[in-house]
Amino acid sequence: MFETVIGLEVHVELGTKTKIFCGCAVEFGAPPNARVCPVCMGSPGVLPVLNEEALKLAVRAALALNCKVPKESKFDRKNYFYPDSPKAYQISQYDEPIGTNGYLDIEIDGEKKRIGITRVHLEEDAGKLNHSPFGDVSLVDLNRVGIPLIEIVSEPDLRSPEEARLYLEGIKAIMQYCLVSECKMEEGSLRCDANLSLRPAGQAAFGTKTEIKNMNSFRNVQRGLESEQVRQTRALLAGETIEQVTLRFDEATGLTSPMRSKEDAHDYRYFPDPDLPRMFLSDAYIEERLREIPELPDARRARWIADYQLPVYDAGVLTSSRDIADLFEQAVERVLDAKLVSNWIMGDVLANLKAQGIELRDTKLTGALLADLLENLKRGGISAAIAKDVLKHVMEYGESPSKIIAAQGLAQISDEGELAGIVTQVIAANPKSVEDLLAGKDKAIASLVGQVMKATKGKANPQVVNRLIGEQIQAIREAR
Amino acid sequence: MIGEMDILQMRAALDAGERTSASLAQDALRAIRKRDGEVGAFLRMEEALTEAAPQALHEASPLAGIPYALKDNLCVAGREMTCASKILKGYRPPHTATVVKKLQEVGATLLGALNMDEFAMGSSTENSAYQITRNPWDLTRVPGGSSGGAAAAVAAGFVPFALGSDTGGSIRQPAAFCGVVGLKPTYGRVSRFGLVAFASSLDQIGPLTRTVEDAAMVLQTIAGHDPLDATSANLPVPDYRAALTGEIKGLRVGIPQEYFGEGVEEGVSRAVNAAIEQLKALGATILPVSLPHTSYALAAYYILAPAEASSNLSRFDGVRYGYRADGVADLLDLYKKTRGEGFGKEVKRRILIGTYALSSGYYDAYYKRAQRVRTLIREDFLCTFANVDVLLSPTTPSTAFKLGEKTDDPLTMYLNDALTIPVNLAGLPAISVPCGLSDGLPVGLQFIGRMYDEETLLRVAHAYEKAAGQTFDALRRQGGIARV
Repeated sequence: MFETVIGLEVHVELGTKTKIFCGCAVEFGAPPNARVCPVCMGSPGVLPVLNEEALKLAVRAALALNCKVPKESKFDRKNYFYPDSPKAYQISQYDEPIGTNGYLDIEIDGEKKRIGITRVHLEEDAGKLNHSPFGDVSLVDLNRVGIPLIEIVSEPDLRSPEEARLYLEGIKAIMQYCLVSECKMEEGSLRCDANLSLRPAGQAAFGTKTEIKNMNSFRNVQRGLESEQVRQTRALLAGETIEQVTLRFDEATGLTSPMRSKEDAHDYRYFPDPDLPRMFLSDAYIEERLREIPELPDARRARWIADYQLPVYDAGVLTSSRDIADLFEQAVERVLDAKLVSNWIMGDVLANLKAQGIELRDTKLTGALLADLLENLKRGGISAAIAKDVLKHVMEYGESPSKIIAAQGLAQISDEGELAGIVTQVIAANPKSVEDLLAGKDKAIASLVGQVMKATKGKANPQVVNRLIGEQIQAIREAR
Repeated sequence: MIGEMDILQMRAALDAGERTSASLAQDALRAIRKRDGEVGAFLRMEEALTEAAPQALHEASPLAGIPYALKDNLCVAGREMTCASKILKGYRPPHTATVVKKLQEVGATLLGALNMDEFAMGSSTENSAYQITRNPWDLTRVPGGSSGGAAAAVAAGFVPFALGSDTGGSIRQPAAFCGVVGLKPTYGRVSRFGLVAFASSLDQIGPLTRTVEDAAMVLQTIAGHDPLDATSANLPVPDYRAALTGEIKGLRVGIPQEYFGEGVEEGVSRAVNAAIEQLKALGATILPVSLPHTSYALAAYYILAPAEASSNLSRFDGVRYGYRADGVADLLDLYKKTRGEGFGKEVKRRILIGTYALSSGYYDAYYKRAQRVRTLIREDFLCTFANVDVLLSPTTPSTAFKLGEKTDDPLTMYLNDALTIPVNLAGLPAISVPCGLSDGLPVGLQFIGRMYDEETLLRVAHAYEKAAGQTFDALRRQGGIARV
């Protein structure tokens, strides 16, 4: 059988306020060509000036990926003609990238696996071509030209499409943790091209690889690679040879199709960009970038499992995004019940985000607010049902849960005298459920609890209600 | 008469109230209209001139109210700029070059754009897509290039100063041919922002003037760090006029033997040797020196400059601005036809050379090797400057040649820059000043200085100029310029 060999080239847009070589704002979704200036448009006579912030983020990212960062680096020009490149060259890095020889650990089937990172280099993004709805022309949008990017090139260490997805998710988490990028694949701030080849199991030499482009979500990366894996397997089994081609993944069909063959390969004529002086990075500068790197997801996961006895699965979900992880950490420090906090984040918080298609940072929820809510819940101050509603409100408006509970009278009713009267009324009004219960159908109690909840607008303490119903049913049974 | 005045004289006339900046400009435009038909220095003239510079500006800068013109590769927002190429016909840049901004701020009066070799590639200004420019000393001869329009405009008395650009001698060589002063500052001394790049690691903007003191005043205004140019040096700009003491006693002047080889015409040698005697008389110490890698400079330059140019000129693709070919089948066809029709022969030649030199498989043999040669040439200069303060040589091996004489032989044309190119490769400052006539044509004397040491350079050039009396005006009285 065949072994699959995959390497990924990942592009990450750096979260700078302005572009890498000019002062234009970086903004997703601006009207076409509204975020451009003579410099990024490549007008004759303009010159690039490096945005120091882009360099900082690139160095921080390289260090977070365990790369060696050399003390000197430079920019090169990658020459090619295409309307998305207004200078007809891209300022990139060729033989002296900002980072080399790094790695990223992934966990597959409970085992840790180290994926090598060949290099991380800094470059500018290109523009976008859109096919016009008004006929046979292409429209050029240069807003994206000059947005700083890093390209992260992996070693061919990945052995399955799933590993590729896990690696990509790992990159995303680290970039987010380090505040290097928001890594939104749907907005193109994280992009991924892949190389895939097959070789007979046990063979050392690599087979002929193909490059797959246009996989614009984590799921599609896995789908695209699976599809190409199948295609190559079939071809090899049929005795065909694999051609070195670039393929495009089609989201609709889930298949890959050829874009261009090796004969079209560019000679990019790289040479050092004479407009940009060499960069000299001092030890102090690199130290400073190292200090900017927070505790990364792997370390955080391990700590939580050890310190909070959090299940591995929970730790994995909660650390997948830095915002979620920070939320958990802040809440747990106050609530002191890791599993309770974990359940609420993985349950209602993530469900609410998903339902609205937003990110945590788009809401008003903070660790302190979540802690306040869960403390109320924990001490029996509110019911779980009320807590769910309050959470939604807090996420939208950011008000204090304690204040909401007090102001809206949502506090849980645990007073037995008050609840006993309601229970008596509910039992009287639901003879069928009572008969079912008496007949030994224990599930019927849920209907009665529900009626009590309805009568109390969800505020009744369910434990107390359960006990009171049990007591009164027992009394009826004994009376018969 | 405006043609008689240099910057300092105009300054005096302005300060004395004898002239206004508007009258200086109007006279200059009249002279250009009347006489530039013969010379062909200007590609375009300003139609409506700005108001006279306010009095406060006149007190602040000697250049306030002084007319000038720009080589047509310097951007002024909203004004057509073509680099003398068909591919940029009608192009109006959205931005203004830093040097122009600085001249605008001090209130100098821009009169127009000057002819040049297309994209600054050439040594005779014959590579302009629009017109030839004639040497005011002899209208059958070239003014040099690529800043030929700038040198001719100053020599013809149209403007007291012009800005040019120098990649391999493009300021100094035409200055020599036209008997004026041409200064190439240290690489990084003057911002390149707004100069259309030919070879970015070699290009530098500088003034062409009638006197060394005028050149010092213009440099004073245009020099300095620019946040828009990452290659501009963040160093203080000294007071250049204060450096013009006339005193060079004990100054060590190196004579690089390699610059006096067989290619140098006898008349040129004679004038330059007389200049050496003059410097001795002024108390300078003359020392023979050697720059052993000089003979490799031309070859290295013709790899590096075209390599950078092939990339710099790629943006002229017909997509966003400038010339676009008609009747194209597809994108590739658009590129091929636009560039095939838009660029002239010499530009295409250099793009091809540069593309070849950078191609995969040839990069190490050409580009990388040429970079190594460049390092050796820089080291030659560095070693030499341990023992001398300034170097002296002819600017060019010959005086101005005839129009059409070298157009069919690019190699001979390239040899004309053999004595100026090493300076660009090393990034050093250099100046060409007139040092006499040979058969009625001006001879240029080149001084080369240490990095960022324009002060010494200007001081020795100025001392020579004053003592020898070989100024533009003196030479003009001796010979040919009256023909215009």
